[in-house]
Amino acid sequence: MTPLLEARGVVKHFPVRGGLFGGPRKVVRAVEDVSFVIEPGATLGLVGESGCGKTTTAKLVLLLERPTAGEIRFDGESLATLDAEGLRRYRHSVQAVFQDPYASLNPRMRVDSIIAEPLVTNERLAAVELGERLRKVLDLVGLPARAAKLFPHEFSGGQRQRIAIARALTLSPRLIVLDEPVSALDVSIRAQILNLLRDLQRELGLAYLFIAHDLAAVAHMSHVIAVMYLGRVVETGAARIVATQPRHPYTKALFAAALPSHPDDSRDDVVLAGDVPSPLDPPSGCRFHTRCPQVMPRCSTDEPKLATVDGREVACHLYDSAEIARAAAPRG
Amino acid sequence: MSDTPLLDVRGLTTHYVSARGTRVTRAVEDVSFTLRDGETLGIVGESGSGKTTLALSLLRLLPPGARIIAGAIRFEGEDLLAKRESEMRHIRGKRIAMILQDPMASLNPLFTIGDQVGEPLRVHEGASRRGAWERARELLGAVRISAPNARVRNYPHELSGGMRQRIVGAIAISCGPRLLIADEPTTSLDVTIQAQYLSLLRELQRAQGLALIFITHNLGIVARMCDKVAVMYGGRIVESGPVRRIFGAPAHPYTRALIESIPKLGDSNGRLTAIEGQPPDPAALPEGCAFHPRCPVRLEKCATERPRDSVVGDEHRTACWLHG
Repeated sequence: MTPLLEARGVVKHFPVRGGLFGGPRKVVRAVEDVSFVIEPGATLGLVGESGCGKTTTAKLVLLLERPTAGEIRFDGESLATLDAEGLRRYRHSVQAVFQDPYASLNPRMRVDSIIAEPLVTNERLAAVELGERLRKVLDLVGLPARAAKLFPHEFSGGQRQRIAIARALTLSPRLIVLDEPVSALDVSIRAQILNLLRDLQRELGLAYLFIAHDLAAVAHMSHVIAVMYLGRVVETGAARIVATQPRHPYTKALFAAALPSHPDDSRDDVVLAGDVPSPLDPPSGCRFHTRCPQVMPRCSTDEPKLATVDGREVACHLYDSAEIARAAAPRG
Repeated sequence: MSDTPLLDVRGLTTHYVSARGTRVTRAVEDVSFTLRDGETLGIVGESGSGKTTLALSLLRLLPPGARIIAGAIRFEGEDLLAKRESEMRHIRGKRIAMILQDPMASLNPLFTIGDQVGEPLRVHEGASRRGAWERARELLGAVRISAPNARVRNYPHELSGGMRQRIVGAIAISCGPRLLIADEPTTSLDVTIQAQYLSLLRELQRAQGLALIFITHNLGIVARMCDKVAVMYGGRIVESGPVRRIFGAPAHPYTRALIESIPKLGDSNGRLTAIEGQPPDPAALPEGCAFHPRCPVRLEKCATERPRDSVVGDEHRTACWLHG
């Protein structure tokens, strides 16, 4: 089966001007050699801290940014080679829901115009058909039909996020990029929206690229997780495995730092020292070596590559010996 | 254990009254709790539950329009509500300190870190500028800022978010307060930085015997940091008790639903238990129990009669008709 979306060695650099008098140009290495696949109807969860490149990755998938190198394929076709018609179809198929439903909905438009806007700009539909589609998506996201004539300010945060989801659904997409879809919502509302997203995935066969800093929520929603640190994927694999038996020291620290759900579930306290280094000037070798509790001499010079360890991919020199043993074994 | 608690709040009621006096928002209603030396209390609630108004009431830092209508706040045996404003100023920052959510908003962008960390010492203890800077260096060391000698000369924008919040922590502990109120102190921080900050607060608390009040919507922080919890809904404490009791045997349906609605690491793929509806508008609270429109186990009288506070265990209280 071809994956729905595949990123291969994607790189995104942003040049920044150096200083007032145009000093040496610097480059923000936001995304560095990132590869992943999203299967139809499945969820890929991207986790990492600020500056790790997860939002840039989302922008690349949404074609809001073009990769510096590497390619993204959708349905087996490279996005770089799509013609105008192909791009139009791609933009139909990939939609987005953002964090803040107060900022992402135009306060001067009624809900029906907000939701119908993608349809009006992309498809010529008769008014009757338009009304039909509108009712259908409102129903899908659990809003009453009378919501159509109201303005965004008349809704609570959770309901606004439902409107944003409805708008993403109007063009019957196959992939939705969810960038922190519940972090602006009240705790008691988050579960409603997460449940809705899961129901929609099952009913409509949607694939999600799910980005959030709430690790438990990502683990709950995702089939596959990719953990990013300073632009690179350091560990990726089935959500269950990565979340419960992490192997990369950064993943371990990240999930250990995730807050407990009960006072008695004590975890090993791996408290990382220091801050995330700047992506303008990432550390040499393994980018995590400056904060790694298990750092070795070679980590500061050799960049580790992703390799299969215990059923998931990890980029860490700690597992080199396993890798060497595997390489030494006769190839099948 | 001494008999008088460090902080004793009884029947605290704070209302916001609109300019013409026609609209009254009952932000905090009849809230009571106590806190002993070195204890950590988590006050949990969603937006509009009154948790921030409660914190501001304790320090009497309410915005115009808000008024403490009734109740008593006794701190170290003294009645804070009877104090004059000038007396309150000697308590704020010296004996009770506060940490707010956004460190960038709490720091003045135009002053150096040394000036800002030293300011409370100059105001409250009459330290010289030189002496205050000296102490500021020590305090930066205490909140684990590397190279404190250089950092005192920095401005807030030169520091990362995690460092800024540690600076705010240094300001808070500068005069050796007895009580620290932290309002969503880690919401703007990354996960690993949050973990650093929480363990730092723990250390400071142990080293100085501080009592801590955590205002948060995050039950994870409560589970990790607190000895006891008060859950707020619609301006009232609906359940309070020791943290293990609350997580192990929550008595109020709201608390139970809140705990169940949170995804847990490791058990994925089930549906989450969602709470239907949304938190009430504090200006138009439902009659009876404020939670009744969303409550899965409501009784008939919940819609009309407000439940009384009842004891359901050792130091464990709830306001729910199921237990009344």
